[in-house]
Amino acid sequence: MTKPNCYHCGAHCDEVITLQEKVFCCEGCKMVFQLLDENGLCQYYDLTNMPGVSAKGNFLISKYDYLDNQAIQDQLIQFKSEEQHHIVFYLPQIHCVSCVWLLENLHKINPGIIQSQTQFEKKEVKVIYHPQKISLKELVQLLAFVGYEPMIHLGGNAWLQKKKVNKQQLYKIGIAGFCFSNIMMFSFPEYFSNDIRELGSLRPFFIYLNLLLSLPVLFFSASGFFISAYTGLRQKWLNIDAPIALAIMVTFGRSVYEIITQTGAGYLDSMSGIVFFMLIGRWFQDKSYDSFSFDRDYTSFFPLGVCVLKEGQEMNKPLADLQKGEIVVIKTGEMIPADAILQTEGALVDYSFVSGENAPIEIPKGNLVYAGGIQKGRLIQLEVVKPVGQSYITELWNNPLLNNKKNTEKSFVHPWSQYFTIVLFTIALSSGIYWYFVNPHHILPAVTAVLIVACPCSLLLTVTFTYGNVLRWLGKSKLYCKNASVIEAMDSIDTIVFDKTGTLTNHDSAQLEYVGKALSNAELIAIKSITKESLHPLSQFITQHLNQQHIGVTTVEHIENKMGLGTYAKAGDLEILVGSRKLLQLYHIGLDEAIQTSGVYIAINGIYKGLYKMNHQYRKGMGEMIHALHARGYQVHLLSGDYSNEKENLQRILGPAVPLLFEQNPEDKLNYIQFLQNQGKKVMMVGDGLNDAGALQKSDVGIAVTDQSHLFTPASDGILEGEQVSQLSHLLLFAKKAKRIIVLIFMLSLMYNIVGMYFATRAQLSPMVAAILMPISSISIVSLSALLSFLYARGLRIKHD
Amino acid sequence: MSVILLLIVVSVMVAAGFLLAFLWSVKTGQMDDDYTPSIRMLFDDELTHKDKKIKQTQIK
Repeated sequence: MTKPNCYHCGAHCDEVITLQEKVFCCEGCKMVFQLLDENGLCQYYDLTNMPGVSAKGNFLISKYDYLDNQAIQDQLIQFKSEEQHHIVFYLPQIHCVSCVWLLENLHKINPGIIQSQTQFEKKEVKVIYHPQKISLKELVQLLAFVGYEPMIHLGGNAWLQKKKVNKQQLYKIGIAGFCFSNIMMFSFPEYFSNDIRELGSLRPFFIYLNLLLSLPVLFFSASGFFISAYTGLRQKWLNIDAPIALAIMVTFGRSVYEIITQTGAGYLDSMSGIVFFMLIGRWFQDKSYDSFSFDRDYTSFFPLGVCVLKEGQEMNKPLADLQKGEIVVIKTGEMIPADAILQTEGALVDYSFVSGENAPIEIPKGNLVYAGGIQKGRLIQLEVVKPVGQSYITELWNNPLLNNKKNTEKSFVHPWSQYFTIVLFTIALSSGIYWYFVNPHHILPAVTAVLIVACPCSLLLTVTFTYGNVLRWLGKSKLYCKNASVIEAMDSIDTIVFDKTGTLTNHDSAQLEYVGKALSNAELIAIKSITKESLHPLSQFITQHLNQQHIGVTTVEHIENKMGLGTYAKAGDLEILVGSRKLLQLYHIGLDEAIQTSGVYIAINGIYKGLYKMNHQYRKGMGEMIHALHARGYQVHLLSGDYSNEKENLQRILGPAVPLLFEQNPEDKLNYIQFLQNQGKKVMMVGDGLNDAGALQKSDVGIAVTDQSHLFTPASDGILEGEQVSQLSHLLLFAKKAKRIIVLIFMLSLMYNIVGMYFATRAQLSPMVAAILMPISSISIVSLSALLSFLYARGLRIKHD
Repeated sequence: MSVILLLIVVSVMVAAGFLLAFLWSVKTGQMDDDYTPSIRMLFDDELTHKDKKIKQTQIK
C-alpha cells in the first residue's frame, strides 16, 4: 500500500487526517490549511503542488514571548512611527512561487499587516505593519504558524544589512558604458574617413567631446584601480591593479598630449573600453549567494531573548544582558543560551550541534549544561554560571589560532603581475633605447604605445570571467563558494578532513536498529503501546519504527514513569521495562556486561531482551567518494565528536587508509587542523555544526555541509548541500581545472599582446589598431572562458539544471 | 554641416537620458532584486484570468 501524500506539505502520511476530501499528515498541516481556506488563500495550493512547510512542532507559541521586550524590538525594527513599523525577516523556508504568494498576501489573514514584500533569492520578507493592530510577537507567531518561522538571532538584523547590493559598482559600470559607447561612436569618423581633412571643423569638436566624456571614466569609474594600486604600493606590494592604473594613466596622458599638440585623436576609446570591460569582469566575478551567510559567528545561533525567573516572576530580557547567577527557564525545543547549572530534573539535552554526538543525553539536577545544547525534555530551570560571550562554545571564536584572515583577494595572478610588469618595462626600455639610436623622434610614441598595448587587462579579464563562470557552475552543483579566491585555494588542497555526524551521515534519517533476542508480535505491540505514550524523542523513534512494521496497539493496564530512566509497564501478562541501562539495573535485571552502547534497553518479565540503537545513516556514495579522493592523491582524515562504537563499520566503508579519531571536542578538531598545517599540508575541512566551527575557520578551505531543511551553517568558505557530498571529488577536480582554463586563455591573450607589441615597438600603433585589438581580445577571452568552463563542467558531469 | 552638430548634441542628450534612467533605477533599489518581480508579475495575471473565467461562466 502506498501512503498518501499530505495535501499541505507533501510528506507521507502515517496517520491520515482528512478534511474536505484532502489528506493531511498532521493536525498542524490541517490547521494551516484551514486558516488559508478561511481567508480565501487557497491559490497557495494551485501555484505549486504541495507547497507547504511541514507544520510539525511549530506550535510552541510561548517561544516568542521575548519579542514583547522593548529593547529587543528596537534591535529588530528598522523604521518606527505611530502607525507603521518596518521589519525585515530572514525566512530560510522560502522555496517556491507559492511561498512568495502567501507571504505577500499576509494582509488577508491579518488586517494589521499593511504590506509584505519578499525577496526570493535573499529569502527575506519585509513587513510593514500597524503596531496597534498586531504586535511583533503576533506577527512572528503568524509567520511561524503558516510554516515560515523567521530566524531571529542574538546578532539581531545586523548581518541582513551587510548584504546590500554594491550600488557604487553599478554606477561605475553605467557611466563607463555610457562614455565608452559614445566615445567609440565619435571616433568612427576619424577611423573611416579617407582623408581626415574632409571632416573640417567637426574633427576638433569630436575630439574635445571625447576628451570631455573620458573624464568621468578616468576620475569616477577607474578610481577603484587607482586606489587599489596606491594602497598596494604603499605596502610595497605591486598588485595587478598597479600596471592597469599605469596603463590607464599613460593612455590618457598620451591622448591629451596628442589632442593639445593636434597630432592625433588619442586612444580615449580604448581607455574607456578597458575600464568598462574590467568593471564588468569584476562585477561578474563578485557573484554572491545572497541567501547564504558565510560569516556567521555564534551570535547567529543563539536566540535573541531568554525567559528569566526573577523573584518568582517569569520575564523576558535580551540574551546579551544575561548575568551570571540568573535563573533561566528553558522550554522544550529551546537552546541553552549559556553554560549553566541545572536546577530541576528532566534535562534531556541534544548536543549534536555542539559536539556531534548522536543521541540526546539525560543530565541529572545539579550538573553543568553547556550553551548550544537543545533541550528535548520538559521545562527546566538553569542557573547561569558564565555570560553568553564566555561560554565554552563561544570561547572558540576567541581562540587566538583563528586570528589570521584567509582567502582575501590575493590571487595567484598577483605574483604573475610582478613578472608582467618587469617584462613590460624591459620591452618599453629596449624599444626606447632602440629608437634613441635609430630615430629619437619615435622614443616617446614607442614607449607609451608599449605601455598602452601591454595592459594586463586581458589577464585580469581572463581571471575574473573564468572564476565567475566556475563559481556559477559550482553553484549549480550546490556548492556555494564565498568568493573566487576560495576556488583558487581549493586548487592547492592536499588533505581533506571530514566530520562524521551530519557530514558523512544524514542528520534527518536516523535509523533504529534492534539488537538482541527476537521479540514476538505480542511483545512488539506492548512496547509500541508504551512508547506511544511517551514524549521522549527516543520513544517517538521507536513508535515510528514500529509503525513502519505495521504493529498495532493494545491497552496498557499500568504505566509507571521513572523520571530520567524510562518506563515500567504492565500489559496483559507482560511486565515490560523500556528505558536506560540504569533502569534495568534498578530492577536488578542481569545484563550482558559486554553491551555498553547507549540506546533503549528492553526487558520483559524480568529478562533482558535487547536494545534499540540509533544509527545515523551514511549518505549514499560516501565510500566511493573517499576512494575517488584517495585515487586523486588526497589524504583523507575523519574527526568525530561521537563515541567510537561505529569505528569498525566506518573503517570498512572508508577503507583502511583513513585515520579515524573519535571523541574529539571542538578544540581538539581545531588543534588537529593546526597540527596538519604545521606539517605543511593544505587542509580542507568538511563539516557542519558549531562543533566544527573552529576547524572550519582554521582550515585553508572550510566547507560547511547543510541539509536544506536547516540552513544553519557556521562561518565557512563554502556551503555544500548534503546530497552533493558524494560529488565532492568531482567538484574539487572542476575547481582545479579553473587554473588550467586561465593558463590556456592567458596564452591567447599573450598572442594578442605580441601582435600589439609588434605595432607598438615599431612606433606604428594607430588609435584604430588599438581600438580594434581591445574589444576583439576582450570578447574572445570572455567567450572562450565561458566555453571552456562549460566543456569542463560537462566533461565532469557537473549538474546543470 | 552645422546640423550635424545639433544632431550630435541631441543624440548625446538622449543617451544621457538613458544613463540617468539607469542611475535612478539603481538608486531607487530596482536592481536589488532581479528575481522576485518576475514571480510576482505572474500572480496578478492568474488572478484576473480566473476572475474572467468565473464571470464568463456566470454570464452563460
